[in-house]
Amino acid sequence: MTASTLFIALLAISVAGFLAGRKRAFALAADRGGIRALHSLPGHYGLYAAIWAGIPAILLLLFWQGIEPTLISNLVVRDLPPEIQALPPERVGLIMNDVKNLVVGNIVSGNVSADVRAAADHWQRLERINSVARAALSIGVAALGLLLAWRLIRPELRARNHVEIVAKWFLIACSTIAIFTTVGIVLSVLFESIRFFQQVPVTEFLFGLEWSPQTAIRADQVGGSGAFGAVPLFAGTALIAGIAMLVAAPVGLMTAIYLAEYAPRSVRSVAKPLLEILAGIPTVVYGFFAALVVAPEIRELGESLGMNVASESALAAGLVMGVMIIPFVSSLSDDVINAVPQSMRDGAYALGATKSETTRQVIFPAALPGIVGGLLLAVSRAIGETMIVVMAAGLSANLTANPLQAVTTVTVQIVTLLVGDQEFDSPKTLAAFALGLVLFVVTLVLNVIALTVVRKYREQYE
Amino acid sequence: MSNSRRKDGTVLRTPEQAMAMVGASLRKRYRAEQRFRAYGLISVILGLSFLAILLASIVGNGYSAFRQTFVTLDIHFDADVIDPEGTRNPETLRLANYNSLIRDALLAIFPEASGRSAKRKLAALISNGAPFQLQDGVLQDPSLIGKTLPVEIPASADIDMLMKGRIDRTLPEAERRVSDDQVRWVDALAEQGRVNMRWNRALFTHGDSRDPEMAGIWGAMKGSFYMLLVTLLLSFPIGVAAAVYLEEFAPRNRWTDLIEININNLAAVPSIVFGLLGLAVFLNFFGLPRSAPIVGGLVLTVMTLPTVIISSRAALTSVPPSIREAALGMGASKMQTTFHHVVPLALPGMLTGTIIGMARALGESAPLLMIGMVAFIVDVPQGLFDPSTALPVQIYLWADAPERAFVERTSAAIIVLLGFLVLMNSVAIYLRRKFERRW
Repeated sequence: MTASTLFIALLAISVAGFLAGRKRAFALAADRGGIRALHSLPGHYGLYAAIWAGIPAILLLLFWQGIEPTLISNLVVRDLPPEIQALPPERVGLIMNDVKNLVVGNIVSGNVSADVRAAADHWQRLERINSVARAALSIGVAALGLLLAWRLIRPELRARNHVEIVAKWFLIACSTIAIFTTVGIVLSVLFESIRFFQQVPVTEFLFGLEWSPQTAIRADQVGGSGAFGAVPLFAGTALIAGIAMLVAAPVGLMTAIYLAEYAPRSVRSVAKPLLEILAGIPTVVYGFFAALVVAPEIRELGESLGMNVASESALAAGLVMGVMIIPFVSSLSDDVINAVPQSMRDGAYALGATKSETTRQVIFPAALPGIVGGLLLAVSRAIGETMIVVMAAGLSANLTANPLQAVTTVTVQIVTLLVGDQEFDSPKTLAAFALGLVLFVVTLVLNVIALTVVRKYREQYE
Repeated sequence: MSNSRRKDGTVLRTPEQAMAMVGASLRKRYRAEQRFRAYGLISVILGLSFLAILLASIVGNGYSAFRQTFVTLDIHFDADVIDPEGTRNPETLRLANYNSLIRDALLAIFPEASGRSAKRKLAALISNGAPFQLQDGVLQDPSLIGKTLPVEIPASADIDMLMKGRIDRTLPEAERRVSDDQVRWVDALAEQGRVNMRWNRALFTHGDSRDPEMAGIWGAMKGSFYMLLVTLLLSFPIGVAAAVYLEEFAPRNRWTDLIEININNLAAVPSIVFGLLGLAVFLNFFGLPRSAPIVGGLVLTVMTLPTVIISSRAALTSVPPSIREAALGMGASKMQTTFHHVVPLALPGMLTGTIIGMARALGESAPLLMIGMVAFIVDVPQGLFDPSTALPVQIYLWADAPERAFVERTSAAIIVLLGFLVLMNSVAIYLRRKFERRW
């Protein structure tokens, strides 16, 4: 029986448990003069039985699935002829690969020796035993659970409380997934980064001025120096994010002010959702637009003015990224501006201030913390944005502040280093994780600051 | 009238003087007001025109990809070529040289094309995928063999571009992808009524291909569908459960504060970092297959969970406490109150948030690049563990392709993607409108 059919079978047993438990509750109640004699509703007794029948068996199955591959593989290795076991571990690994391929029915490299053939047969035998044992054991556990529940169910049983405790633990488990995700992210980038920093010193990575991650395969290879100085990437990221913010901050802010303070209701109800569309467009579409339309336009424009523009200029990527962030800035600022109490506006109007004076001198200062928080969130978006820069910015790590030249960013390098075939312990691959760590830490710091500022600001006016 | 000066140095003005001063500055202030207002309006217009340009350029580039050029040729299903021994063995039929049937049909129309290069150019009018179409036809109906029938077969991408006017005929021959001979032949075919534009079925039924005219988004769409299925099945129940716990049960303490901060931060973590998580945890640690929709779905689940949780919590807070109090007052337990009364009332809001999260997941491509969903995959995935790509990743792959015909198809794929996003968001808005309750 495959694991998935087994899983479905366990679910079916669990459902049967529900029905049986409920029926038993009704039967017990009938003896004692009706349903009032029960502590809980009959359905609770059903759920109680379903939980006993289902959960231990499913947990067992999951655990079994977790250890099964290593268990079988270890058993086969143990029964290999001693001369093969005496080989170095990586040779044994290769042989085991052949065995696995033979089991699955793939093409095997080279001739199959009798030992490998025997091991494969052994593997298949173990797998058959395993599948029978797995089915027998988990269905047995389910049946035992069901039986236990059947015995435990009596009118005094506080079935509802038991069921609710299980439900509550399920809710708690779900709510901790966010923490596990963060821990997972930190661990996965941290471990690989530590391995990277064992090969390349941290200071060289953070302060080095040259980035060319191609490591040499042969000693005399040209251009394979393998320099991991990430400063050009940080500079490129900052340049593109800066251009994006130069577009998004004024346009987004003024849009928010206009929509919140000036626009008639009808304009607002049309313009706001339309601008939100900009936020909903996938970034890959922006990337395509930047590479296909914006970059050539900028290049042509620059050349007609006699300037030398790279075809993958930072300007094109930055401009398009700015457009993408406009609705982000404007909707955050809009919230913040609307949160400023009406009394402050009324006060300013009463003193004879015009609308723009009120906005600039009263609302803007009052909303400033919130706006700054929003802008910081936008910066973190711009730094972490990937597709636009992958498609529209270059790969060459130039250390320049000229927006007409091609620069590369942290995210572009992560993608280029990790897409395609990779050996998992070359500094080239590990460098991507180190860059990921930097990216995660920087955006995390920006987010924490921004979220705290925004929250403080909200509390101020609540 | 002279100003009188008070002891502290401020000038005491009469009301008339004050009014005059205000009047003088008023014009300036009103101009500033006008300017400020104009800046705001310009910003809004700027944003909207960006949107318009973006959509116009995508639609302008992509609308023509929904139609494709077909050439009708009188194909003689020559028994000597297809099945010289007359066994009708499917294996023989499969391996026959269908290319030569097409070439013969073309040569019958243009006998003047002699010499290798002319013949090659002539054959280049027709898609490389056309022989497979003939092969399919013969395999399905072997009685075709020996007959001569008009068959509509796809033209090659260059000819397609030429017919759609995307190749400039006035350019010198060396700068075009189609030669003068080919232009003449195509025009001759068109005059005979053999060239037609039809609905581009291949775009919606094929997987990826190196030949633009054979390339389709069906594989990518199925990949995206499988991923969204996984994402929906995991993120909705988990997200709702987490939101219910945090909103209805959790005590206010450090632990729940930590969870909250975590959720808010995760919502703002760059998506590519989730890709790194997927690579390190799901691929390298758990050993799940590369490029599989299950891994993509898991990564997208982790990514959309914060969105789902945040919007579900908002939906739960909007349910008034009186509902809870009434249920508790009737003797319901906390769990019964929550699941029988509060959650059903908050469900439309939760669904709306989930759909919006799904829409974001559908458009996401950066994390998928990390887990190997960026490979060139021709076969349409048949399950959660088959290698596949996703619609946005297909767009990324095609955007990189040098052929002019792929620009058109990329734009068409974008139109399809945007269509799905619009659909999902409209459903979300409809749900909100239909079920939103003002308490």
